[in-house]
Amino acid sequence: MQLTGAEIVIRCLQEEKVEHVFGYPGGSVLFIYDEFFKQDQIKHILVRHEQAAVHAADAYSRSSNKIGVCLVTSGPGVTNAVTGIATAYMDSIPMVVLTGQVPTQYIGQDAFQEADTVGITRPCVKHNFLVKDVKDLAVTIKKAFYLAKTGRPGPVLVDIPKDITAQKCDFHYPKTVSMRSYNPVVKGHTGQIKKAVQLLLEAKRPMIYTGGGVILSDAADKLTKLTRQLGYPITQTLMGLGAYPATDKQFLGMLGMHGTYEANMAMQECDVLLAVGARFDDRVIGNPDHFARNPRKIIHVDIDPSSISKRVRVDVPIVGNVPDVLDEILKQIEATDGKPEAKPLAAWWKQIEEWRSINCLKYKMGKDVIQPQYVIEKLYEVTGGDAFVTSDVGQHQMFAAQYYKFDKPRRWINSGGLGTMGFGLPAAMGVRFANPKAQIACVTGEASIQMCIQELSTCKQFRLPVKIINLNNGYLGMVRQWQQMFHGNRYAESYVDALPDFVKLAEAYGHVGIKVEKPADVEPALREAFVKHKNELVFLDFIINPEANVFPMVAAGKGLSEMILAEDL
Amino acid sequence: MRHIISILIENEAGALSRVSGLFSARGYNIESLTVAPTEDPSLSRMTIVSVGSEDIIEQITKQLNKLIDIVKVVDLSESAHVERELMLVKVRATGKDREEMKRVADIFRGHIVDVTESSYVIELTGNTSKLDSFLKAIDTSLILETVRTGVCGIGRGDRILKV
Repeated sequence: MQLTGAEIVIRCLQEEKVEHVFGYPGGSVLFIYDEFFKQDQIKHILVRHEQAAVHAADAYSRSSNKIGVCLVTSGPGVTNAVTGIATAYMDSIPMVVLTGQVPTQYIGQDAFQEADTVGITRPCVKHNFLVKDVKDLAVTIKKAFYLAKTGRPGPVLVDIPKDITAQKCDFHYPKTVSMRSYNPVVKGHTGQIKKAVQLLLEAKRPMIYTGGGVILSDAADKLTKLTRQLGYPITQTLMGLGAYPATDKQFLGMLGMHGTYEANMAMQECDVLLAVGARFDDRVIGNPDHFARNPRKIIHVDIDPSSISKRVRVDVPIVGNVPDVLDEILKQIEATDGKPEAKPLAAWWKQIEEWRSINCLKYKMGKDVIQPQYVIEKLYEVTGGDAFVTSDVGQHQMFAAQYYKFDKPRRWINSGGLGTMGFGLPAAMGVRFANPKAQIACVTGEASIQMCIQELSTCKQFRLPVKIINLNNGYLGMVRQWQQMFHGNRYAESYVDALPDFVKLAEAYGHVGIKVEKPADVEPALREAFVKHKNELVFLDFIINPEANVFPMVAAGKGLSEMILAEDL
Repeated sequence: MRHIISILIENEAGALSRVSGLFSARGYNIESLTVAPTEDPSLSRMTIVSVGSEDIIEQITKQLNKLIDIVKVVDLSESAHVERELMLVKVRATGKDREEMKRVADIFRGHIVDVTESSYVIELTGNTSKLDSFLKAIDTSLILETVRTGVCGIGRGDRILKV
């Protein structure tokens, strides 16, 4: 049977078992929207700005192992989506972005709402396609889903000119697709794994460091098993939180620029480092030359060869899919019957406990002013540690990462690589569609939330009971912190004047708003939001200490062990 | 160090810009880049000359391999190879220069492929340094125009880059 291009798009999405598409209509995608109208298998979520459609699809992927899909129109639809696409790309999130394009014969003629979508998005997608023949449409969409989720995942974009969506051809959706130019490695090299196991068992001061790759490949269980079997300390990057239970003794907390003292010190001082699905980026190891001063053997497991030996020279590179490699490591450890030597390991743990005992995350809490850390601690208590937490970017993001103890993977949803303000609220929407019964908190600040505030309207339309935890300090907090520390207290443009009344704003959108100004009211307000208003969106506006800072801190360009600790320590 | 990177890439619209975009986005250097379809019209072969430390060249080959359209990547400079570049030089050829220019072209095994009353176009093939030497050997004030293809290369003997 012959189908139009628009019908083919819908059929392909159905074949891929897509349940939700986040999008915004426009001229070039009208035929596709017409087909949405005629079916009810796939639900379309109308956002209020294309950036939000992409963030929502992205978080849909992050919080489940399904693939988020979004659909936007040509020109401004695409340019608005670019921030979202780049956000997903930096964090290797599988996602399929469908974009409308002006009709084939108009391409290159500066047509109305024309933009060079493939050109604009090329540096921030895993791959993109322009469909020039309706006969290629189905196989191209198949390739997009295949590319998005295999190998190192990432967003894949399919640009579809309007005339293609109207033309007809026979529909056949391929079951599988193979590309001679794309063959991602899965199994790790057995010989390399053998070397790694030997190094791990001989280690005197071992350390495990893992990142987003463990979450993305659903390898948390295997990582936990391996870590427990070895009895080694473990730390995680901002993107890796939740892969190992944060409440466990072996977990040293997050590492990096705002990592814990014990995690950063152990990372610097270890003699064997097992890095899994992480990429030694600048926010994680600080200055690579300083990091290299301490001799250590590094084993690096990653699916992307280009992440290995990029910033730090590695001794045992293992290219492969994380769960497969961890399986093989476990198997080989069990086969050798080897155990790490107990004495040096005990001494190493003693050292780590000394570092841990300085309690680097302690903060002073009075009766008058709300400290942001306290809000996150109470949020953790009230939600039983079981919420999905999305965040924007800045101090509140770091406080959430430091004080909310994630025991499960895919619960902590934030823009780690690109650092996109405005991510949190649309991300919370995506989480809700992927996890319809979940408790969801969007930890944000008064500056970030305003970057996608219009999505309060989407939340109303779809009855999304997100709890917005607005840590309101009146400043672009992280900018102000850097200005205080590195720019002589000159707070250039970091004070946000003329803030809206967030309670009234929430009410205007049809939601519940609560303003909280006293420490004693923090917990009751959270309970009111999560219990009394369980099924409603609640905007909690916490007026917090305007000059609270995030500590510990490794200043940009400094070494990991050169941390600045809270002033009052 | 100077490296010659050979690439087999799907012959599709935009493939070249994926490669050039990668180099500019990551701040890698391109000295020359040549590209043309192979005997299999679905594939193009590209030769890139780049200069960088071993670490950078390793990253370049890894990043190139990551591009979905790229089928194979080889660093030719790792072992024995042949490299060639084609140059066309238009020179003023009048009076006594006319004979001298012909003589120098012969020494470099060049061919004169266009002749007018006052000019020659000389075609020269060789590695980069041979072409440079030719330009040094002639009177630079006589050079009217030059165009070079950039380097293309191939491995010697059993070293074959094929799908």
